[in-house]
Amino acid sequence: MTKVEPRPGDPRITPALVAEHGLNEDEFKRLVDMLGREPTFTELGIISALWSEHCSYKHSRALLKTLPAEGPQVLQGPGENAGVVSVGDGLAVAFKIESHNHPSAVEPYQGAATGAGGILRDVFTMGARPIAMLNSLRFGSLDSARVRYLFAGVVKGIGDYGNCVGIPTVAGEIVFDDAYETNPLVNAMCVGVMKESELITAKAEGIGNPIIAVGARTGRDGIHGASFASEDLSEASDAKRPRVQVGDPFTEKLLLEASLELIKSGHIVAIQDMGAAGLTSSSAEMAERGEVGVTIDVTKVPVREQGMTPYEILLSESQERMLVVAKRGHEDAVHAILTRWDLTSAVIGEVISEPVYRVTEGGRVVAEFPGSRLVTDCPRYSPEARESDEIARLRAIDVASVAELPAEADPMWTLDRMLSSPTIASKAWAYRQYDSTVRTNTVIGPGGDAAVLRLRGTNRAIAVKTDCNGRYVYLSPRNGARIAVCEAARNVACTGARPLAITNCLNFGNPKRPENFFQLSEAIAGMGEACRALDTPVTGGNVSLYNESPSGAVYPTPVIGMVGLIDDIAHITPATWSVDDDVIVMLGELLGEVLGGVRSGLGGSEYLARVHGVVAGEPPPCDPVLERDLINCLLECIREGHVRSAHDCSDGGLGVALAECAIANRDRPVGAVIDLSAWSDVPLRELLYNESQGRIIITVPESSLGRVAAIAVGHRVSPMMLGRVRAASRDLVIQTAADRSFIAPLDRLAAAYHDAIPGIMDGSAESAAVLEQAAVTTV
Amino acid sequence: MKFGIVTFPGSNCDYDAYRAVVDQLGAQAAYLWHKADDLDGVDVVILPGGFSYGDYLRAGAIARFSPIMRQVGEHARRGGPVLAICNGFQIACEAGLLPGALVRNAGMRFVSDVVHLRVESQSTMFTSEYAVGSVLRIPIAHGEGRYVADSSTLARLEDDGHIAFRYCDASGAITDDSNPNGSMRGIAGILNDEGNVLGMMPHPERAVDPILGQPDGLLLFESLLARMAV
Repeated sequence: MTKVEPRPGDPRITPALVAEHGLNEDEFKRLVDMLGREPTFTELGIISALWSEHCSYKHSRALLKTLPAEGPQVLQGPGENAGVVSVGDGLAVAFKIESHNHPSAVEPYQGAATGAGGILRDVFTMGARPIAMLNSLRFGSLDSARVRYLFAGVVKGIGDYGNCVGIPTVAGEIVFDDAYETNPLVNAMCVGVMKESELITAKAEGIGNPIIAVGARTGRDGIHGASFASEDLSEASDAKRPRVQVGDPFTEKLLLEASLELIKSGHIVAIQDMGAAGLTSSSAEMAERGEVGVTIDVTKVPVREQGMTPYEILLSESQERMLVVAKRGHEDAVHAILTRWDLTSAVIGEVISEPVYRVTEGGRVVAEFPGSRLVTDCPRYSPEARESDEIARLRAIDVASVAELPAEADPMWTLDRMLSSPTIASKAWAYRQYDSTVRTNTVIGPGGDAAVLRLRGTNRAIAVKTDCNGRYVYLSPRNGARIAVCEAARNVACTGARPLAITNCLNFGNPKRPENFFQLSEAIAGMGEACRALDTPVTGGNVSLYNESPSGAVYPTPVIGMVGLIDDIAHITPATWSVDDDVIVMLGELLGEVLGGVRSGLGGSEYLARVHGVVAGEPPPCDPVLERDLINCLLECIREGHVRSAHDCSDGGLGVALAECAIANRDRPVGAVIDLSAWSDVPLRELLYNESQGRIIITVPESSLGRVAAIAVGHRVSPMMLGRVRAASRDLVIQTAADRSFIAPLDRLAAAYHDAIPGIMDGSAESAAVLEQAAVTTV
Repeated sequence: MKFGIVTFPGSNCDYDAYRAVVDQLGAQAAYLWHKADDLDGVDVVILPGGFSYGDYLRAGAIARFSPIMRQVGEHARRGGPVLAICNGFQIACEAGLLPGALVRNAGMRFVSDVVHLRVESQSTMFTSEYAVGSVLRIPIAHGEGRYVADSSTLARLEDDGHIAFRYCDASGAITDDSNPNGSMRGIAGILNDEGNVLGMMPHPERAVDPILGQPDGLLLFESLLARMAV
């Protein structure tokens, strides 16, 4: 070991400084034991970042290991920059989801933009060309001015970044609920395509190989972003705005092209994004994976300001930077590629045989750790898990006793109210700001059950979607997480795709609180059950804990990013109705299956939340094995060519799903007559708004009816005829018990659904403020 | 027949234009690097969409100084066809190849959608295969697509039949509601005085493959093919 002494001018290591770095006493002792001496300021900074929750997964790793991660389709599982699955014909898909919640809470535009940038880099460092972006967003109620500002800023940040890089944003979800008022969730997912043979990993190899920093120069922005992401939000969080990075999508585009060219060139052995914890984590993790030592000289790092200390250079989260391990002797070839794209590159270190992680400032050693222990010696925690009594009480409430409002006597009032709920309503206000057609692969774009992208040069396509209902997970974590996986699977299946694999983004509260850790461990258990039943391994993802503010934790929100494969583009299926006289069939039980003694009711429903302001009851039960049968049934019907449309029936229940089939495509609304008189003894609100799982609405020609029924029975699925498409009609007619039948004019449904969010956002002062502010930042 | 597609730093529709020409039209195509000083013998130049130089300063303002643009200018002066799409249209205006300018959308926001366009002139090398008045469905995706020009320029464009496309509704009517960005007179695409440079904000190269929707952009490329074959 080399002698490491404090650097002149660095602060003294005091208990206060240690605490400020987020290390508790035990962790600090662990660090001193590892080093055999007191750490330097630089070393303390390095460990603060690497042992933050964001980088180390110290509270979640043991739970994550219980998730299924293997299958014949998996080429790269968890632990790399992104997961990779085979999609046939020698092609593979790389994909991953990641959170940028805390930055977006204090600086929505840059927070969201850099979230998009980071996840793009995770995908192209695998050697894949990004072909699509998705976003899973959660905000408080749009009644709040602050929320309107956050929503407008996040949407513009995502759009400006993705549009400029030229990657289409094709799908996602946006949910509005008071639970996310002060702590919005901004999760970005990227999907890329590559040849299987071009897969590259971030494993440092080859003693003597040079380590090269490429892309943007390093500045003082985003220092300690990883640690910021690993603590609760508070009043003081606004003061941490400088920890938010600033994105430059133009540089990202150049870096994307240069990186893919580098990977194809054969001049490099490994490449990794300098993301959270910047140079520190990228270099330490590459060394750990390759089981080699590294040495880095911070004076060689291209910087954009003078006088930066080793601490700042190592912990900067300046965006659009990559760390590359090149083959020795190929440095000039690497530089030539970067220069062609007008980007900087500099050799800053070397892979060494000595088992040590060493940082120098010229001749002075400023940090040195034995082996890769700075990564592997991170503490692991399994804190206490205990359900909150309050939530158990909410779940036990019999919600059937919630009295109907007088206004509900008019069934159109209720349906209007549901369709105009910002969580249900059309999100076109947001996705019209995202280029969704660039790169010319988008067969089904935003607004469908899932997005569909063709795989150029093949007869195949992929379907992608994110899903999670945080309200369900809040009320019943294990079941809610099962539902998140199954709903994502149903969504991709509705477009004709076989679910292939998932990535997850676990947004939870502070794990040191037993009720939060209970939710985390239960949700991961439920996710595992569903993934095993559906054969959709988890290939990676991201954990974001500490999503809470003084007003409490967010709903536990394990967002699922699903990828499915469509074997033949002829199987691509839309969600909306089109052909007159087609028969409308429900695959699955209209009122849900009774599972484990629980019958699906209105518990946890959007209806209760929107119409009554009630969050309570037992969410609908979900059996992943039945969901698998349902999906297999649907796919067989699609492959045989019977299905003209397929739409998942979930959030908002049957009433919302039928309306969406009719008017989601506003340019071509299509009417129908629905006959529910067989269920006329069931209260109308239960019939229309219960959110039973395992239901899909399809339309088929009359001639296919017999065959569809036979296929369904073969998969133990009950098919039920609900009605017929009336293409020329301007109404959705719902027939039930004589006194409760009603006629819903399509124009009125469309107005409720399509005008809700524009009606709130267009002309709002907060939305205008975002446009002004962003105009200034881009000049 | 060979198309040359210019790649500026930040171009991101160059690939789409290349695939449209090669896969759907069956023509030859080559990428032209922005630092190159010759056009590689191409017959038609495409200035593609994207965010050249990040649209920093002003869309197209920096790209017009790229070395390749001198060659593109000479090609245009010789009567060679130039198809300038979206960011390419902005660059062509900045470079003086087309009159007028493209400024921030009237609604201030980026707009991504599929819009209706009405073919205004059939007597151009880019539109000869369309019928005048036909209504096309073509994607748009831009933040600075509002076409503006002084009144004499607008009058000249009208008089010379050099307005190629206008935004319209499904029936072909030119209305305020069907104008996605506030462009003057609903203008979506224009030609230069000689009729060999077309600038348009919508993306015809995204509307050529039936799997992605109505391939209404294909006839634009086929018009060029027909002209060059003469």
